[in-house]
Amino acid sequence: MADPSNEKLDTVTGFKTTGHEWDGIAELNQPLPRWWLWIFYACILFSVGYWIVYPAWPLVFSATNGVIGWNSRTAVDEAIAQLQADRGPMVDKLSKTEIAAIKDDPELLDFTRAYGSIAFKENCAPCHGAGGGGAKGYPNLIDDDWLWGGSIDNIAHTIAYGVRNANSDSRYSEMPAFGRDGILTGAQIRDVTQYVRSLSGLPVPHGSDLEAGAKIFADNCASCHGDDARGDQEIGAPNLTDAIWLYGSATPDVVATITNARNSSMPAWSERLDPTTLKALTFYVHNLGGGE
Amino acid sequence: MANPTGVRKSFTHGEIGLAIALSVLALFSLIVAGKAHSSAYSFHAILFAAVSAYFVYKIIDRFHSRPAELPALEIDGKPNYNYGPIKFATIAALFWGIAGFTVGLYAALELAFPLLNFDLPWISFGRIRPLHTSAVIFAFGGNVLVATSFYVVQRTCRARMVGDLAPWFVVIGYNFFIVIAGTGYLLGITQSKEYAEPEWYSDLWLTIVWVVYLIVFMGTILRRKEPHIYVANWFFLGFILTIAVLHLGNNAAIPVSVFSSKSYIVWAGVQDAMVQWWYGHNAVGFFLTAGFLGIMYYFIPKRADRPVYSYRLSIIHFWSLIFLYIWAGPHHLHYTALPDWAQTLGMTFSVMLWMPSWGGMINGIMTLSGAWDKLRTDPVIRMMVVSVAFYGMSTFEGPLMSVKVVNSLSHYTDWTIGHVHSGALGWVAYISFGAIYCLVPWLWNRKGLYSLKLVEWHFWLSSLGIVLYITSMWVAGILQGLMWRAYNSLGFLEYSFVETVEAMHPFYLIRALGGLLFLTGAVLMVYNIWKTIASPEASAVPEARPAMVPAE
Repeated sequence: MADPSNEKLDTVTGFKTTGHEWDGIAELNQPLPRWWLWIFYACILFSVGYWIVYPAWPLVFSATNGVIGWNSRTAVDEAIAQLQADRGPMVDKLSKTEIAAIKDDPELLDFTRAYGSIAFKENCAPCHGAGGGGAKGYPNLIDDDWLWGGSIDNIAHTIAYGVRNANSDSRYSEMPAFGRDGILTGAQIRDVTQYVRSLSGLPVPHGSDLEAGAKIFADNCASCHGDDARGDQEIGAPNLTDAIWLYGSATPDVVATITNARNSSMPAWSERLDPTTLKALTFYVHNLGGGE
Repeated sequence: MANPTGVRKSFTHGEIGLAIALSVLALFSLIVAGKAHSSAYSFHAILFAAVSAYFVYKIIDRFHSRPAELPALEIDGKPNYNYGPIKFATIAALFWGIAGFTVGLYAALELAFPLLNFDLPWISFGRIRPLHTSAVIFAFGGNVLVATSFYVVQRTCRARMVGDLAPWFVVIGYNFFIVIAGTGYLLGITQSKEYAEPEWYSDLWLTIVWVVYLIVFMGTILRRKEPHIYVANWFFLGFILTIAVLHLGNNAAIPVSVFSSKSYIVWAGVQDAMVQWWYGHNAVGFFLTAGFLGIMYYFIPKRADRPVYSYRLSIIHFWSLIFLYIWAGPHHLHYTALPDWAQTLGMTFSVMLWMPSWGGMINGIMTLSGAWDKLRTDPVIRMMVVSVAFYGMSTFEGPLMSVKVVNSLSHYTDWTIGHVHSGALGWVAYISFGAIYCLVPWLWNRKGLYSLKLVEWHFWLSSLGIVLYITSMWVAGILQGLMWRAYNSLGFLEYSFVETVEAMHPFYLIRALGGLLFLTGAVLMVYNIWKTIASPEASAVPEARPAMVPAE
């Protein structure tokens, strides 16, 4: 579209303009930079080559498959198969070995630790913490205080079926909301709170009626937590005489627990993970420090 | 009323039509507000009603104070350019820029310190992230595009913009769309499509505004006094047209009810994903690339006072860019349920797009041939040239990341965030800053900027910010990608997701610092612009002419 009558010479570049001007802006009649053009062609060539090798152009009912027959679904299947083949013998061994016997086979022990460790971090760490240390409301798994038992069998059951969920084999129990449901009055809750706190040697405020608290405890709490308040792992009732408090030991925390109950839940992992992974997890959790 | 021209003053068709349309909208919105299913939607309906009613009043009010005749197309043989709506959009761009950068900084801090959301739903990351992206892309970038395209199309066509109320409708209507979209995000109204979060009623409103924008722009081109259409206008037109098509395609949704903000998209499953990324990628291609190349093609040669490097390159790279870009979207869906053939096409078209993108960089940078000294002396031109350099870098990085093996490492990591920001901060924002620095003295008829020294500070602060931002995100992204895929010798993942999140923390801090520097620079710009506008008017602005001699 060069307009020869208006072309001007740009003294700096030595090129002429196209002869047009817009609001004082002209354009030089420079050719395309060669390197630019050749790289552009090279990219096109690369793409044509790629179309020949890989699935590329849609046809009526399918698409071109590419000469090497690669497709992403097969590639994923192969990668997974490869990984399973690599781990296969050890996974097989693990699935056939009793958890208690794992430690006798150093190679299997290493494998199960690695397996359990990553399975724990991917699935359990969001609640129980990367190291299993727990948090308020999420049990610590590295101490020897267990709600539902710390034996291998108990841990295996808790992991597989969880706590207070819809699975029919789930661990289940429910503490009443003593305050919300009107079973105890505010004053009674305060008394029993201080009594419970005193059981683990926590200092209680002056003037607390521990005797009244003990009476309320015996009438309302002992049926689950036991006369000695040491809990009952059969029904997930915590030991109240140790220094371990899932929801905190401060007076307001304990009052809140008695008033509204807590009753938190955990998923049934057998619904999501395969039996060998569950086994590795059980072994891993049992070995975190508190296994019985 | 005294009427020197003797023309009887009467309402124009536009005034009557718009006033009636807005009145109907106000009435309808009131009904919707009364029967809305949610209070958030009711709030939006009330906003629609109030703003429509206010502008019915403004139209009548304006009629009473305006002269009988509409502004002349030419005065003394010179085009009588319409700058009012451009000034509005320029100021709006500055406002939204600061707002968008601030929200971005806060979002960055929330990633580093999640507790900063204070458990408030309105400022949770999921809501302020789209607020940030929309504020910077559509509110800041969009207003810059509207302002510059309206300016450039008039100047390079030597014609007054088409329409009397229409340009005002575009700038105000567009900003109203932004208010609706942004408040909607905070209140939880979203259709959850990236860069297309606004719900059906905001989309409908934007459609109307956009069609008027297209009409004003096209009409002005048709009215031109120049025999040819300048390259900047091709890019602007490509941007406006394609965004219209993309917007309609990706927002094909059916509302649950006119009284509900909720709608369902007509596409399903992987088709929806494909349409979404056809839209998403071309929002980058046509909104953030083509549109801003239009800005580059006017403001760089104008400010450098040099002819465009190569006319031929501008044609070839324009057509190859718009032809190739539209196919590249599937590269956002590598290794997903999208069929392999579509992934291949997405990748190869992205690779072929490399040189067409670089055509713009060559033309932008090489236009400075013979004026390289201005990089030293003029921080505004330096800003624009650096922006073109960032453009070149991110349009190399884009094709690289679209290659499947690279993408298998980079996808879903912070590398993508780094890539987007080298384009968004380096290219889009810098060319916008440069254009605003040029535009404000021209629009308000001032001798020059209040302070070039402040522009220097802006340039260096934000450049440091960008460097911190993109390098931290590169390192974070590559680290993240490598951690995700690391297997140990026993065949198990080396790291859990939580550990990769933990590893990102220091980089999130550096990124937030980069964002703070960038925001600080922008605040300096707003001060500088404010002082410029507040300075006295120049008597006459000398027109710059390129230094050229007639050809032998």
